[in-house]
Amino acid sequence: MTGTDKKPVVKVEHLSKHFGEGSARVEALRDINMEVFPGQVVGLMGPSGSGKTTLLHCIACILEPSSGRITLDNEVVYDQRWLKADLRRLRLDKIGFIFQYPNLLPFLDGSDNVAIVLHLAGVASGPARSRAIELLDYLEVGHRKHALPKQLSGGEAQRVAIARALANRPRIILADEPTAPLDSARARIVMDLLKRIAVEQQAAIIVVTHDEMILDHFDHIYRLRDGRLELDSPPVPPVKAAPVESA
Amino acid sequence: MNLAYRDIKHNLLRFVLTNFGLSLLLGIVIMITGVYGGLIDDALRQARAANADLWVVEAGTNGPFAESSRIPGDTRELVSRVYGIERAGAVTYQSVQTVLNDKPLRLFLIGFEPGRPGGPHRLVAGRDILRGHYEMIVDRSAGMALGQDVPLGTHGRKFTVVGLMRNEVTSSGDPVAYITLRDAQALQFELAPPAARREQARGAGLETSNQINAVIAKVSPFVKVDEVAAALTRWKHLSALTQEQQETLLSKFVIERARKQQGLIMVLLVIVSAVIIALIIYTLTMDKVRSIATLKFIGAPDRTIIGMIVQQALSMGIFGYLTGLALVLVFKPYFPRRLVLDPDNVAIVFVITIVVCLAASTLGIRLALKVDPAEALASSG
Repeated sequence: MTGTDKKPVVKVEHLSKHFGEGSARVEALRDINMEVFPGQVVGLMGPSGSGKTTLLHCIACILEPSSGRITLDNEVVYDQRWLKADLRRLRLDKIGFIFQYPNLLPFLDGSDNVAIVLHLAGVASGPARSRAIELLDYLEVGHRKHALPKQLSGGEAQRVAIARALANRPRIILADEPTAPLDSARARIVMDLLKRIAVEQQAAIIVVTHDEMILDHFDHIYRLRDGRLELDSPPVPPVKAAPVESA
Repeated sequence: MNLAYRDIKHNLLRFVLTNFGLSLLLGIVIMITGVYGGLIDDALRQARAANADLWVVEAGTNGPFAESSRIPGDTRELVSRVYGIERAGAVTYQSVQTVLNDKPLRLFLIGFEPGRPGGPHRLVAGRDILRGHYEMIVDRSAGMALGQDVPLGTHGRKFTVVGLMRNEVTSSGDPVAYITLRDAQALQFELAPPAARREQARGAGLETSNQINAVIAKVSPFVKVDEVAAALTRWKHLSALTQEQQETLLSKFVIERARKQQGLIMVLLVIVSAVIIALIIYTLTMDKVRSIATLKFIGAPDRTIIGMIVQQALSMGIFGYLTGLALVLVFKPYFPRRLVLDPDNVAIVFVITIVVCLAASTLGIRLALKVDPAEALASSG
């Protein structure tokens, strides 16, 4: 499913970003164009320093582009109308994040690490907790809801982090190297999960990765080099994954 | 969901240990206020114990506490005859040192006329002085027991403890003891036999021991105290101070230096506490930089993060203050001098603690607000 019959949830147009001025000026992104549709899982690949993380920061509304336009779920951001607080609210309401490392808050247990997002969005604690447990069950880590992050395995922690990213039913999910700390079997489990979420929740998922082993999970791959979009590759034919045991 | 509480619960041992250290510091601040309160209270208690309306002392002096005052022993009869005086009693004041249980002991001796103003009140054990000589009523902080004999003065006369008082100490913490005026005059003014013989040998007459330091007078409620004081000062060798003037002399001048010293120590301790609280909060915030970055990244507003830091700072201050106060109350009886914890002063220390915690948390808040949400994407685990 390419989703080309629908409106893109993420649309990046002629995006450029530079740091510094004069001789110290570094062009991090140059004239980037990309679209991600609901239900799509898109890979953002490239060598270190190619601008993947900068592009992710721009889409995540934590880094203002130097020029160009980003449209998130039909809202054009960084058009001089947005305040910092609005962008924070936009992040909270529409974007879910999965970090390279789970980045769970060490002082909250599994369910509270998920419920915190709903709490910040103003959801009462009862419904927030129910939703958190529902998500943990959906990701098959419901039995670890009372465990602190330090008591979770790498795979369990990553799934709690994914549950947190899904808590507010975001239209966009940004994942920065989500499989980096995992072995290949668990990496495939996480990617299968993201694919399932994209389809079931009609979310647009952008995954920054170096991992060539998970290419078959992407509907589309964008490759960056020196801040330029080098290759806009077509969907990769699916590769049958080897069966693995649950993480 | 209270993030501050969850973080404290997660790091409970560190929080308790940090706060215990802080509570010791705040306990010292509270203790200094207690010492200060005790200093004032003890100083005023000396004057208030006499239950006087007027203090008749040597002309031109601020006696008998701020300056020495010596007037003839018959001044009491003179004062008693003044219009408006209801009752009067002669008193002497002196510091003596004795030995009790092989340890030196300083006492503040008050000589009084039994049945007249200036004597002890509110005994906690024993009885009043009934015999004319060698009986003593003493504050129990001296460590003496009823019936115990205590040698006093150059003649080594033994005085028997017949009564005990509580909280009757001087501003320097010495226990107060009452003996009869005659005994006190003998102790204060009589020369030891060798000195008396030498005085006689050189042809000097023996100095009379019928001297007193002050006359304490009660004034009729129908007569103005100021008018009686004015009448008394017409005698050129006498001055008359009202009770209010005497208390002002004690609280403002006699203990002024000690008061300033304690004030300075307290200010320094508050500054040290502020610096320590600021450093603790800053360190605690530093430890949470990644969590703060994550919170910001997922959309937490600044007020959530500021709230977490301020709540932790306040918890630390309140916990430290209450533990410090509890420690002071527990160890108060073992403190070498009397602590008087005035509720107002204790409340002021609490308010100062809260203000210091709020001010100190600004350092942590500044750090937290500077945290870039992108730090959550940093590759370190």
